[in-house]
Amino acid sequence: MFARRSLLVGLLLTVVACKGNQPAPAPAASDATSIVKKDEAVSLTGAGATFPYPLYSKWISEYNKLNPDVKINYQSIGSGGGIRQITASTVDFGATDAPMKEDEAKQAPGKLLHIPATIGAVVVAYNLPEVSGTLKLTPEVLVDIYAGKIRKWNDPKLKADNADAKLPAKDISVVYRTDGSGTTAVFTDYLAKVSPEWKEKVGVGKVVNWPTGLGAKGNEGVTGQLKTTPYTIGYIERAYASQNKLPMAELKNKSGKFVAPSIEAMSAAADAVEVPDQLFVSLSNADGEAVYPITSYSYLLVYEDAKDAVKGQALAKYVWWGLHDGQKFSKDLDYAPIPAKVLVKVEARLKELRSGDKKLLSGA
Amino acid sequence: MSVSHDVSPLIRPRSKILTHFGRELNWGDFVFRRTTALLAGLLVAALAAMAAAMLHGSAESLSKFGLGFVTSQVWDPVRDVYGALPFIYGTIASSLLALCFAVPISLGVAIFLSELAPAWLRGPVGFLVELLAAVPSVVYGLWGIFALAPWLRTTVEPFLGRTLGFLPLFQGQQRGFGMLAGGIILAIMITPTISSVSREVLRAVPSALREGALGLGATPWEAVRVAVLPYARSGLVGATILGLGRALGETMAITMVIGNRSEISASLFAPSYTMASVIANEFSEATGSLYLSALAEVGLLLFVVTVLLNIVARLLVWRVSSLPGGGSL
Repeated sequence: MFARRSLLVGLLLTVVACKGNQPAPAPAASDATSIVKKDEAVSLTGAGATFPYPLYSKWISEYNKLNPDVKINYQSIGSGGGIRQITASTVDFGATDAPMKEDEAKQAPGKLLHIPATIGAVVVAYNLPEVSGTLKLTPEVLVDIYAGKIRKWNDPKLKADNADAKLPAKDISVVYRTDGSGTTAVFTDYLAKVSPEWKEKVGVGKVVNWPTGLGAKGNEGVTGQLKTTPYTIGYIERAYASQNKLPMAELKNKSGKFVAPSIEAMSAAADAVEVPDQLFVSLSNADGEAVYPITSYSYLLVYEDAKDAVKGQALAKYVWWGLHDGQKFSKDLDYAPIPAKVLVKVEARLKELRSGDKKLLSGA
Repeated sequence: MSVSHDVSPLIRPRSKILTHFGRELNWGDFVFRRTTALLAGLLVAALAAMAAAMLHGSAESLSKFGLGFVTSQVWDPVRDVYGALPFIYGTIASSLLALCFAVPISLGVAIFLSELAPAWLRGPVGFLVELLAAVPSVVYGLWGIFALAPWLRTTVEPFLGRTLGFLPLFQGQQRGFGMLAGGIILAIMITPTISSVSREVLRAVPSALREGALGLGATPWEAVRVAVLPYARSGLVGATILGLGRALGETMAITMVIGNRSEISASLFAPSYTMASVIANEFSEATGSLYLSALAEVGLLLFVVTVLLNIVARLLVWRVSSLPGGGSL
């Protein structure tokens, strides 16, 4: 009896919980001075990528201090969820690390703009108690480790670039992200660019069929395994590695230089790649001596033609603020700011945001 | 009694309706019966609605892969090829492994608390055991990552490999994360459930049975074995089913330690994957209708597996409780 009853109650609760996912109600109008011209209380909701979440939540709290009438709620449910929710118009803006695919874009009721909002890097972190210096990895070695071809830390291919390091004769324990994530998409995009064999056999995606290794859930799961298990290697967002003081490998870029994942090296990647009119482009394996090769934009998804003019205008102003004033919070949170020449293009597109015939940013 | 004759004026004009709909003699009973029936029906309806929704959601995957879905071992979202056998295996194996650890421990705890412990100890120990049930599963998962898995890797797995390494169960790379860690985490999580229900079941055994056995000269162990346990058998199996149900559906904690690799391996050291974990891991980022459909089918399979295991367990309870009481266990 108990088993069945608890199962049923659980199911019912699940059903109820699924319906509870409503946006927060609009807050009461505050009488504080607001720089939003039409001072009406507006509540915006967004959902999507977890990767830029620390930056977006900083933006939201800072923006709310300046504009108490605009309440923004961002749920970091993952890029895929963000794409699904903005496509279904259940949120006012989405966020994604990997740009939408063509068939995904077709499902949206209107034209969705990709707004590059920040730049992040995926780093290769490791746990090698014997090695004090920084590990240097070539793309070939990295691919071979993740393909299960290099299995020992003292493999001659690894030794070739790390002559000074005392690499132990231990098995390499490979860790990957098991939950669907933009981080995995960015990492496999890089592996596929440097190895045709990887592209053909494994491919690029938020979840792939890994040839070897253990799966951990979330950046925190991979970080946990890296911290507790010697002789592991894994890929994580830069913020997790730097906050947990994990060593990050230097990667050999296209120009043949070993580069550490610094903010400058991430900016160098963004400077090296021309952003097309659609505003989304892959930054991985970019040309240039200072470039860190596993770098990526993260995008906000906004409808070009907003259904609700008031909300649309508030959102446009928030995005504008994030791309200008908001960029100064990037470095402290391990992101790189959007380069000026990209910003010019984004500005031009933001000025085209409209609701019906009305331009949303005429005064901006 | 007088109640049946004392029909209130309120219902007299409508008594025909009442007699038409049921046996109730007054509106209170009528409303009470219908309301409770409605509430019970709601649960059944919710169950049916969920099954229908999952069936509907998995239609594309069902028609594309058919039976191959449950026999294939390849899960490759990049190529849109999906097979769920490793998840089914991982779910059942980790839950059964958990039962192997949890049932003896829980029975011991329950017998100790209901039969042997001094009265002043029963309250605090029982409370602490139940407190384990209140710990959120993500906390178990974090404990698994930072304490259990390293301990397994450095101590338990090398020991098992040295002593029992000739068995396929204890071979392969010792990483801490894997089936063994998953089974242990699940066992810890279901122990409070099984032990507290078992304790209540044992408490419900009439003390006349116990006292009779002791009066005939049985030792406490013999009294428990001969008189108490046989009487409580079906309740104890029920408690185990309750634990099994929790183990099958557990997601967060086991995802964090089981290694999440869609492989079937005989070794307890090897990573595995469960159905609940793959849904939790991949659903939020899944795009593409076949991918979503395949995940829905995994949900449907989890549902089917849970129902099947519950049916088997129910048959077991039914069979156990129809055995003659007393004697062997």
